[in-house]
Amino acid sequence: MNLKSLLKHFAPLTAALALGVGLAVTPAFANEGGAVDHAPINPGDQASLQRGARNFVNYCLNCHSAAYMRYSRMTEIGLTEEQIKANLIFTGQKVGETMAVAMDRADGKAWFGAPPPDLSVESRVRGADWLYTYLRGFYQDESRPTGWNNIAFPNVGMPHVLYQLQGVQKLVEEKAAGEGGEVHHRLELVKPGQLSPEEFDRFTADLVNYMVWMGEPVRAARVQIGVVVMFFLVLAFFLTLALKKEFWKDIH
Amino acid sequence: MSMLSSLTQWVDDRLPLTSTWKAHLSEYYAPKNFNFWYYFGSLALLVLVIQLVTGIFLTMNYKPDARYAFASVEYIMRDVNYGWLIRYMHSTGASMFFVTVYLHMLRGLMYGSYRKPRELVWLIGMAIYLCLMGEAFMGYLLPWGQMSYWGAQVIISLFDAISPPLALWIRGDYVVSDATLNRFFAFHVIALPLVLVGLVLVHIIALHEVGSNNPDGIEIKKNKDPKTHIPLDGIPFHPYYTVKDLVGVTVFLALFSAVVFFAPEMGGYFLEANNFIPADPLKTPPHISPVWYFTPFYAILRAVPNKVFGVLAMGASVVIFFLLPWLDNGPVKSIRYRGSLYKAFFGLFIVAFLILGYMGTQDPNLWYVNPVSRVCAIVYFAFFLGMPLYTKLDKTKQEPERVTE
Repeated sequence: MNLKSLLKHFAPLTAALALGVGLAVTPAFANEGGAVDHAPINPGDQASLQRGARNFVNYCLNCHSAAYMRYSRMTEIGLTEEQIKANLIFTGQKVGETMAVAMDRADGKAWFGAPPPDLSVESRVRGADWLYTYLRGFYQDESRPTGWNNIAFPNVGMPHVLYQLQGVQKLVEEKAAGEGGEVHHRLELVKPGQLSPEEFDRFTADLVNYMVWMGEPVRAARVQIGVVVMFFLVLAFFLTLALKKEFWKDIH
Repeated sequence: MSMLSSLTQWVDDRLPLTSTWKAHLSEYYAPKNFNFWYYFGSLALLVLVIQLVTGIFLTMNYKPDARYAFASVEYIMRDVNYGWLIRYMHSTGASMFFVTVYLHMLRGLMYGSYRKPRELVWLIGMAIYLCLMGEAFMGYLLPWGQMSYWGAQVIISLFDAISPPLALWIRGDYVVSDATLNRFFAFHVIALPLVLVGLVLVHIIALHEVGSNNPDGIEIKKNKDPKTHIPLDGIPFHPYYTVKDLVGVTVFLALFSAVVFFAPEMGGYFLEANNFIPADPLKTPPHISPVWYFTPFYAILRAVPNKVFGVLAMGASVVIFFLLPWLDNGPVKSIRYRGSLYKAFFGLFIVAFLILGYMGTQDPNLWYVNPVSRVCAIVYFAFFLGMPLYTKLDKTKQEPERVTE
């Protein structure tokens, strides 16, 4: 059997797997609500990850824990242990400890209707785009106990923690022209915050970038090792193929 | 006599080492015309080994306790050296086990490998498949995520439809709980793997007793060399098929590694997004679906309006494979020499199986899911139940005397 026919041999399996990997490019996340915005994040941008870490410990890590994430792991995004201790740990914990919070789950349930979930792997549940949409999607709604609602997570229990930065949004209903035109919802900034809309988008993108990294800190290393493994296996393929051909020379 | 050969002799006097090696490898004569489809037996064996080895290392750090299980998996992913690799290999291995086994079974269907004299090989293989389903189902509970929990809840509740005390006995509690997790752990790491390895051994022994089938579906033992009694179309499994399978192993490992390193979630098919939420007995996810390898049977379950009959239909859709050797009346084994009638039924069956697999992942409230599932379920069962008749009516071609290239 020559190389061509052998490759043809494996074509069905390769095609099926390629299709599978193709499907994998558009991951299915557990999202509620409608369309989401694309999160403009770059996992290779260490400055963005560091800003995201700052945003996370300042704004999220008061109610939400990240109980599987060790502070010391942030050395992998270019911070030293001293920098982490001085700037990112507010609880007196040691740098090797995980990002725990003091809030009691029962209190959380009483205050928000549901205990704030742990965020260690939240990005793997929701996906970056949903998080990006959600964090920018709060709007004022007097009918809710907190006064806030969310376009990506209807009747959400969490209040708009970032409202001082973003300002206040309102939900505007727009009806397309003509009879039975489609109804669109859009958010409108009615009171500006400390950040401009562009700055706030950057702020949330950094935060989401960090959360995606925290969901699987090993991802970059995994891909790097994977490339080496694939290279080795391609070499091994030609070796085993040559071995097979040598043995099968006399079989007709 | 050299040291090595005298040592071999010493062992052979006490253990059938050389004779076993000869009987199962160097003098086991396999047909020389194996094609692409014949890689999947050895590949399934490879995946079994991967699962056993990675499983042992996972067990060293996993905690089968409802309070710690989810956290211990994240601990493996983050704090254990290369724990992420071991875990991804195990989760990818679970799916790849089914990929290889389904393709291995498809090969058996295509070339009539379940026919006389290989009925027992087929039955033992089906027992392996059932065992594998149990193994996968119980293993999926262990990460203790939302899908682990609610998937187990849904499947065990099917036993409720048959007999509530039976479901209670399986769970060890009124809901899936710590008791369930502990017993599933015991079954997953020791009971079922033992049975699985034992059955695989028996599967291979039975196969080597009757000899391998081939893409032509004819018996190579009918044409033996008059002097040596070696089948004329047979070649020693070792070294010929060991080196050939090595090529298959390399290609397979490349595909396997592509998933492990570049897409371990496989778009939610191998690792579901909802399973990154810790199990919450008080919060039912809006849409519960089993992992892809169970979805064809799950779709059949949902296609039947009555729950009890649905459970029975799902059970029948798996068990009916056991009957194949006695349903097939065709004068030829291989699809190469079957007529268009069989090919039509076979093709429709494969299409129905794939569509059912897709439907099983979809929300049952979508308008097309139930009607399409019902049509496919009928086609699925028609393949088996109509087989005694259509294989008899089918116009087959003449089988060749000797194997073809």
